[in-house]
Amino acid sequence: MTPLIIISCYLILLFVLGQVSGKFFRGTSNDFFVASRSIGPFLLLMSVFGTTMTAFAMVGSTGEAYRIGIGTYGKMASWSALIHSACFFFIGIRLWSFGKRYGYKTQIQFFRDRFESNAIGVILFPILVGLVIPYLLIGLLGAGSLVRGVTTGAFPEIFSETRGAVPPWITAAIISFVVLTYVLRGGVRSAAWANTFQTLVFMVMGIFAFVIISIKLGGPTAASQMANPVKMIRGDAIPSIQFFSYCFIPLSVAMFPHLFQHWLTAKSAKTFRLTLVAHPLFIMITWVPCILIGVWATGAVIDGVQIVPTGVNPNAVLGIMVGKLTNPLIAGLVASGVLAAIMSSLDSQFVCLGTMFTEDIVLHTFKLNRLTENQIIWIARGFITLIVLITFLLSLANPVQIFSLGVWCFSGFGALFPVVFAALYWKRVTRAGAISSIIVAAITWFYLFRESGYGINRGYLIADAMPVVFVFIACMLTLVIVSLLTKPPSEETLNKFFPKVL
Amino acid sequence: MKKIKLGAKEGVYIFLVLLFFIHQDFWFWDNGNLIMGFIPIGLIYHIGYSIIAAIAWFLAIKYAWPSHLEGFSEQGEDSTSTTSEAR
Repeated sequence: MTPLIIISCYLILLFVLGQVSGKFFRGTSNDFFVASRSIGPFLLLMSVFGTTMTAFAMVGSTGEAYRIGIGTYGKMASWSALIHSACFFFIGIRLWSFGKRYGYKTQIQFFRDRFESNAIGVILFPILVGLVIPYLLIGLLGAGSLVRGVTTGAFPEIFSETRGAVPPWITAAIISFVVLTYVLRGGVRSAAWANTFQTLVFMVMGIFAFVIISIKLGGPTAASQMANPVKMIRGDAIPSIQFFSYCFIPLSVAMFPHLFQHWLTAKSAKTFRLTLVAHPLFIMITWVPCILIGVWATGAVIDGVQIVPTGVNPNAVLGIMVGKLTNPLIAGLVASGVLAAIMSSLDSQFVCLGTMFTEDIVLHTFKLNRLTENQIIWIARGFITLIVLITFLLSLANPVQIFSLGVWCFSGFGALFPVVFAALYWKRVTRAGAISSIIVAAITWFYLFRESGYGINRGYLIADAMPVVFVFIACMLTLVIVSLLTKPPSEETLNKFFPKVL
Repeated sequence: MKKIKLGAKEGVYIFLVLLFFIHQDFWFWDNGNLIMGFIPIGLIYHIGYSIIAAIAWFLAIKYAWPSHLEGFSEQGEDSTSTTSEAR
């Protein structure tokens, strides 16, 4: 019961913060979608970091370290330390400058102008939405299973079917409601405020869990000596080609529509500076404690009893370690930290999908330029509510394999990296090249996804490499070959996106 | 033949490329030594790598900052009219 009280207090605090941040909302669509491009360095850092870190940063990293050992940090975290900031530096700042100069609010607006094509928006829109929705589901399902785990036995009479735990659908409904209250109030500005608070919560709680667990295990040295030695090296757990090929996964941040929207909120190019330097350090602060907890779990024993039973689901390892080695108060605080990581991604994704529907479908397709600011904001609010409802309903189907879809979502976004890179740096890229490369990437991605049993085969590799490598190569080759064979863009477009000052 | 002038900016880019390649640390692949008695050396290498990545981006800000983008973006301030045009 105590963990549930702590989680409830956290959600109430977040709700109040959302209402306070809503008071700063300026009442314009520009403020709702891009916070009037007024966000400073600290809020940008926290909102970008909070958005890129999902439940995987705490629950998944601990489970993966338990499963394959310390190599988890290298393949996911340290690659991201280098490549995320590279995407912010080479892609994010440049897109921000075009966004500010030409008034873009969505990726599709940029691509439509850059490739002189409405068709690219029509093709890209369902692909981006299709890749974001499973990502949203991961958040809701992750929150549901987490709260179920920490409340088992709390309500034996009310929820007898779930062994007394709060059923996942109730958690999903409450989480959706809380996120909805603040994003509807102030759009991306409220999301940035909430992300800042939530990022602080999940970073502090990760360290807190690490310290308490290490004390309970007799100190970090004793804990590491108990761990399975095989998990303390990379050894054969990750083939070297696979380890290298993980560098393609963090490229996904360059194509995340929700991250694009956060970039556009920056007050100036200089606002990105803190994010560039602090993001790799924040990844390290968040991931290292979880990786160590994960490897310690492989051999942790107290009074001769193994703490994590053999054959347990890796995603349950953090919960078991916290549950068995700490008290209910700390378990509640750590669970709130995990929820913070989940919700700090959910809010940005909800706002982003609402913005895309409003800007790219309603306003663009139906040419509703006469709408007032207030009407535009209410259309966005309506779409955000609809998306939250659809996502919630999809989560009721409880597609258990959804967790393995996470890497496939990242792979899809990462494989589209050549399109955004060429749009910014290659004058010769053409409309036909961009459109055909997106279609080829989508077909290749779907083919390999199907080959992996729709994500069920978690160890699916091609010649020891991650499938994203092949989708990326297919996308890039198509982009280059078709562009060279087709008519270059107009002078007007080239002058717009490659002026002499750049 | 045109001479390629190597300045601080190019130095930063070379450093970043070098960082990309030294991620593949074959040398600690099977090394189980513990640093400070509890952190495996293979993990400490990648912790150091994250810190060096942060330093590399600090150097990129100092020596390779795209200052021209600031001026370019200011030439056409965002407004409702430009947004409508983009639609």
